[in-house]
Amino acid sequence: MVAFNILVFVAIGYVVLLFGIAAFADQRARRGASKWLRSPLTYTLSLSVYCTAWTFYGAVGNAARSGLEYLTIYLGPTLVFLGWWWILRKLVRIGRAERITSIADLISSRYGKSTSLAALVTVLAVTGTTPYIALQLQSVTLSFAVFANASAETAAAQWQASDLNSTALYVAAGLAVFTILFGTRNLDANERHHGVVTAIAIEAVVKLVALIAVGLFVIWGVSGGLSDTLQMIEASPVANWSPDAGRWVGLTFLSATAVICLPRMFQVLVVENADERHLAIASWAFPLYLLAMSLFVVPIAVVGIALMPDGSNPDLFVLTIPLALDQEGLAVLAFLGGFSSATSMVIVASIALSTMVSNHIVIPLWLSMRSSGATVSGDVRSVVIMSRRVSIVAILGLGYLYYRVTGGSAALSSIGLVSFAGVAQVFPALMGALFWRGASRSGAMAGVVTGFVIWGYTLFIPAIGLLPVSVVEFGPFGLGFLRPQALFGITGMDPLVHSIFWSMMLNAGVFVLVSLLSFPGPLERLQGASFANVFERSSGASGWSGGQAESEDLLVMAQRLLGARDAQELFQTAAQLQGKAGYLPDPTPEFVDTVERKLAGSVGAATAHAMVSQINGQAAITVQDLLAVADESAQMLEYSSALEAKSTELEQTARQLRYANEKLTEISVQKDAFLSQVSHELRTPMTSIRSFSEFLMEGGMSGEDRTRYSRIIHDESVRLTRLLDDLLDLSVLESGQVVLNEQAGMLHDLLDQAEASAGMRDGSPLKILRTRSSEELPVFTDTDRLTQVFINLISNAQKYCDADQPQLHIKTRQRDQRIELDFIDNGTGIPTRQQSVIFEKFSRLTNTAAAGSAGLGLAISREIIQRLGGSISYLPGQGGAAFRIELPARVENAEFASDGQDALADQITAKSASA
Amino acid sequence: MGRSVLLIEDEPNIIEAISFLLERDGWTVRIHSDGPGAVEAVTRTAPDVVILDVMLPGRSGFDILRDLRVSDQTKDLPVLMLTARGQTKDRELARSYGVSKFMTKPFSNDEMVRTVRALADGCEPVLSDDDAQGTEPS
Repeated sequence: MVAFNILVFVAIGYVVLLFGIAAFADQRARRGASKWLRSPLTYTLSLSVYCTAWTFYGAVGNAARSGLEYLTIYLGPTLVFLGWWWILRKLVRIGRAERITSIADLISSRYGKSTSLAALVTVLAVTGTTPYIALQLQSVTLSFAVFANASAETAAAQWQASDLNSTALYVAAGLAVFTILFGTRNLDANERHHGVVTAIAIEAVVKLVALIAVGLFVIWGVSGGLSDTLQMIEASPVANWSPDAGRWVGLTFLSATAVICLPRMFQVLVVENADERHLAIASWAFPLYLLAMSLFVVPIAVVGIALMPDGSNPDLFVLTIPLALDQEGLAVLAFLGGFSSATSMVIVASIALSTMVSNHIVIPLWLSMRSSGATVSGDVRSVVIMSRRVSIVAILGLGYLYYRVTGGSAALSSIGLVSFAGVAQVFPALMGALFWRGASRSGAMAGVVTGFVIWGYTLFIPAIGLLPVSVVEFGPFGLGFLRPQALFGITGMDPLVHSIFWSMMLNAGVFVLVSLLSFPGPLERLQGASFANVFERSSGASGWSGGQAESEDLLVMAQRLLGARDAQELFQTAAQLQGKAGYLPDPTPEFVDTVERKLAGSVGAATAHAMVSQINGQAAITVQDLLAVADESAQMLEYSSALEAKSTELEQTARQLRYANEKLTEISVQKDAFLSQVSHELRTPMTSIRSFSEFLMEGGMSGEDRTRYSRIIHDESVRLTRLLDDLLDLSVLESGQVVLNEQAGMLHDLLDQAEASAGMRDGSPLKILRTRSSEELPVFTDTDRLTQVFINLISNAQKYCDADQPQLHIKTRQRDQRIELDFIDNGTGIPTRQQSVIFEKFSRLTNTAAAGSAGLGLAISREIIQRLGGSISYLPGQGGAAFRIELPARVENAEFASDGQDALADQITAKSASA
Repeated sequence: MGRSVLLIEDEPNIIEAISFLLERDGWTVRIHSDGPGAVEAVTRTAPDVVILDVMLPGRSGFDILRDLRVSDQTKDLPVLMLTARGQTKDRELARSYGVSKFMTKPFSNDEMVRTVRALADGCEPVLSDDDAQGTEPS
């Protein structure tokens, strides 16, 4: 006999082996070398998590008790995979598109991200799965007990109930540890567990091999061949079994819904799915696996009935037949098969449930208790991981508790059916989610609650024996129509079928009715449309190309927001860090985070989150997201108005620049015009000089002509010299480098001086009228420069006054702190349109020769008067040409030392230089 | 009767110089000394060559040239344009208006005579290097 201790070692060794395989697979997956991890074979084998200890042990028991009814458990999934695989495909597609992490997540996601609905489904799933986990604990415990009892020397060594209980506890604890180690090592955005899935696939092989080995042994080793076995079957009570149509249909339906709704099935089918195309292969491969699993159930059951003593548990025939026939190796293999079935189910179920519990119950509670909200992601991660670990322990604890409460006595298959019926309550809401756009949150909620309650009342609570017998017999408070196993007076139904009938019927009915009566929210409608039309928006059945497409989408978006170069650099760096060439790193959560943070820099956190979420399909956009986006938009609006102000300012600056530019262009044009004028003024006398000097050079002309031509040459030379003088004078004045030689003087002296200078020119007919008394004004200024201005004005009158008896009236007066001098002649004056240009350079109004100057006189005068702190302007409406000079009335302060005067002069120079 | 020149110029000394020069060469020189009326003077006197200054009181030489080129009577008339401004764009402007010859002041007497003769004969005047290069200060 196999020593019990050895069996324990084998079990532990097996677990360690699985652990190693899982660790290896995880490592490979992290390195990205996960091709075989993502093969359709692994996927199909992982689906075998459907076949639990119930299938491994319980099917035989079921066959022994109820004949072929056990087949319904295989029939349902087979029908779904072969006939309804398009439903599965839609489920997988939605799961992928919406980044669904569990069935509760899917339901809540579809129905407007409802937290309460998610919590409800979670509670339902936990409640429904707890008996199932208990079933696994029970089967493992029983299999241990079989070995222990078989190897026990004495009756006293036989296991007692306490031994079973402690074993169950150890098993539960061990499984919890294993699950925690592999299910919650890190948070994967995809909720994928490569290691666990690989281990599950290995276990799938082990259980299949074990069951087939026992089957082959039974047929050829025990009953002596196929034909003998068939004869035994004919003779056995199994052959006499007549199907109960209600149960048959009900159970088939139940197993069909279970394969979709069971949390662990959803986990491997949808969440762990790596490629949609795997489903196509699984759609025939998985039924094949089920067929192989079911092939030897009847022979084992029949042989067991015939071989084993009466009263032995048919659920354990797979183990006890080899043991009874001293096939220890086979027995150990069978044990490992059962052990695999149980552990794989518990591990996957607790991972799936812990995800649901932590995501939909613990975290929402934790978040609502924190006033500040979850802003620190690292914080949340550790909380999530911790809550999952605690959830796993709690789920296994519940399983253990259920095992203890039910006393481990119920038949394996009936426990399983209770579970199936429980999780099946999600089915109407799920189908509505996939296919009915009109389905509403309220409807789903009402339906699930109704189904849950009826299931609990009619099946679950009676099953754990919590309902008093009186209630079961006569209904609560004696209300017969409320008897849990005969609702509304319908009696004679199998309790299980009865429960399924009523719960599903009312569940679906309420769901449809409430959905029709309630109005779905905007987010629900959005999600409803995107669920129902998932194939229209995602790209065909090409499947998932290992994150490449997603990375590319991210890159496309990042380029748009960050600019092509920055985005490419970001992606390339990330790819290099992951050891990949090119620009497309795997969309690991860290990388997606990085991208999101980068984007947040340009579009704001909420928008970035919404955008990234859209691409990696993690979540639908919640109302909070939308509000945050709106907030950001408001902020951006503020920025934008600030920018607008800035832009107005810039526009103003631009306008000023444009103005300055125009000014400069104008100045440049003026400069060109000036140079052109200077050229003209220089070349005109030069032309005469050249021409006449050539005549003179030729010789042979009269003395009179020679004198005349020489005079022209002389005059033109003088004119040239004067022009050059004026130009130099003007350039000095304009450049501000003129040094004023200020001194005291009397105004009438200066005017006398000017009159004398101008009058000396060939006895001008111009008569100058002055009022000497008003000219007794002391001035302190550059008297030479001021006299120059007076001379200019007087000689202008001489040149241009066209009156028969030209007169120039010079009026002088002091007004406040200013001295005014008006120079008014009696000519026709200057036409109004030309008054504005007379102070410009070369603004000579008549021809040059007549004026004998280049037209710089008034320009020079204006410069001088401005340097002296005054102004000169044309005075219109005086009859003739009239100019007014205004000067500041300053007198010499005699007390000033000479250097004080110099300082003042310097000051004035400096002032004029800066002007 | 000898050939005639209409000199449109406002500088008395230059008028005197050119008149003396051309009359000595056998030309009849008529004078018009401002811008307005210049076109009318050309039509009226129907000279063989027009000498036209650019900077005239009242109207620019360019405007006068343009008007001359529009009228059928004067569109082929040889026009020698004189300028003291010496800007390239003046030369180009004159050319675009259809000037026959453009000279920059100061000019040599000999060159002036040869140019006027050549224009009257309807052939391209032989020019000195000085003028061909168009002495332009700016």
